Amino acid sequence: MSLERFISEAISPWMKREGAESDIVLSTRVRLARNLDQYPFPIIAPEESSYALFQYLQKEFQDQEYADKGKLEVIPVDDLSQNEKRVLVEKHLISPHLAEKSNYGAVVLSEDEAVSLMVNEEDHLRLQCLFPGLELREGLTFASYLDDWLEGKVTYAFDEKRGYLTSCPTNVGTGMRASVMMHLPALVMTQQLNRILPAVNQLGLVVRGIYGEGSEALGNLFQISNQMTLGKTEEDIVEELQGVVQQLIQHERAAREQILESSKVKLLDKVNRSYGLLSHSYVMESKEAAQLLSDVRLGIDLELIQGVSKNILSELMILTQPGMLQQYAGKGLTPDQRDERRAALIRERMQLEQGSSD
Amino acid sequence: MLCQECQKNSATLHFTKIVNGKKTETHLCDYCAKEKGDHVPGSNSYSIHELLSGLLNGEDFFSNQQTSRQMKKKSLHCPNCQMTYEKFTKLGRFGCSKCYQAFGERLDPILKRVHSGNTVHAGKIPKRVGSHLQAQREIEDLKKDMQRYIENEEFEKAAEVRDRLRSLQGNEVDKGEGS
Repeated sequence: MSLERFISEAISPWMKREGAESDIVLSTRVRLARNLDQYPFPIIAPEESSYALFQYLQKEFQDQEYADKGKLEVIPVDDLSQNEKRVLVEKHLISPHLAEKSNYGAVVLSEDEAVSLMVNEEDHLRLQCLFPGLELREGLTFASYLDDWLEGKVTYAFDEKRGYLTSCPTNVGTGMRASVMMHLPALVMTQQLNRILPAVNQLGLVVRGIYGEGSEALGNLFQISNQMTLGKTEEDIVEELQGVVQQLIQHERAAREQILESSKVKLLDKVNRSYGLLSHSYVMESKEAAQLLSDVRLGIDLELIQGVSKNILSELMILTQPGMLQQYAGKGLTPDQRDERRAALIRERMQLEQGSSD
Repeated sequence: MLCQECQKNSATLHFTKIVNGKKTETHLCDYCAKEKGDHVPGSNSYSIHELLSGLLNGEDFFSNQQTSRQMKKKSLHCPNCQMTYEKFTKLGRFGCSKCYQAFGERLDPILKRVHSGNTVHAGKIPKRVGSHLQAQREIEDLKKDMQRYIENEEFEKAAEVRDRLRSLQGNEVDKGEGS
């Protein structure tokens, strides 16, 4: 096992398992922010302190095994090239902040890439657990066990009144951010999402694009997560999120049914055109690719397109990101070159699908 | 209007820069704007901290006792990491875990605003660091139970709870002396 595999494969092993409600929910993520009581927070920490923390944690984690996740690998951010960092961000294994702004930052990854521990991010430790489909409850249980395991190694900064102490006051208390990645093409098509999102915000939840804070909703993918971390139990936070996500699923399914009933031929035309464009284009921008992939995925879910694997959306969304494309090319690429590479890669992948369906 | 970088897409981002009265305008499509910015998605976005620090700074703006608060604000700092309250409101982030103690109740209005009116943790308690707190919560619960039994005149049950309380409290005292 090596860094090479984390970098070279677009699909993380954990993504290959099929989760609950996987026609709409692509993945679930539970993140816990934790700090150690003896060190200043990374934002003001002097270099010696960040280095000492890095060394201490490296010793604790290197070659450790965690549950059925196998051996953990410690990867110092400074050992990565600019593009390798970018690839890990595109795969959601590290945050942009860790990649660009950390001092002695590191990430600890499990073999299946479902567990990622960031060191010296905004907080000393950011535990992230990823799951396919909608697995919020299981995700919380898993993350909590991992948290207990870590507490056996380090002393957390915890306050009776304020809970887990974090660098940013928006994370204090549970330090937990639970989020669910949803594919909502029918709600976008029927323009219902614009009405639903403000209501979701009012319930104390946040909706973001695929690459988090400030990013655009590419490919009709939306990340729904909790905003509040203080004053509620982890279980309550997760239950509330689960409730809203369930409702969004129902709305999306109803919207899909409605489109199928009222304009099946148009939809059939749309998803198959998109399929055609993906299969035969020679220049493709990432935005266009995301939209077309979303159409094809909807076609697969509604059985309008047969013989193409569901994974195609999540796989190609990551595979056609700039960092990934450059990694495959083995060199830096201009935006135009990327658009060509992207089109070529998608064409090849679509041919592979057609070959396997015969 | 076309993007001045690629001359291909329509410009969706318009920057106006005024330096010493000289005005320069830039028109870009989001694609090229991303290229020009940091090379990692999301990293060049308006961050929550900027938003938050705006929120924190706004606090005194509306205050009636602005001057007295300003005085207090200057002197308030964390003895461990030397972070001042003023700097905290600018950064939107704490310097170390001791800042929470140092800034004490001054944090309540901020936390209320960010966490829908909540200021006190109700979630998980860490096993090791929080064992004392876990016992405290149990003692509180038992006291309530005992009170209820007494009110209902179920004295035998109340006595049972009292005994458990005593042994729990005894443990806590031992621990307190030991550490």
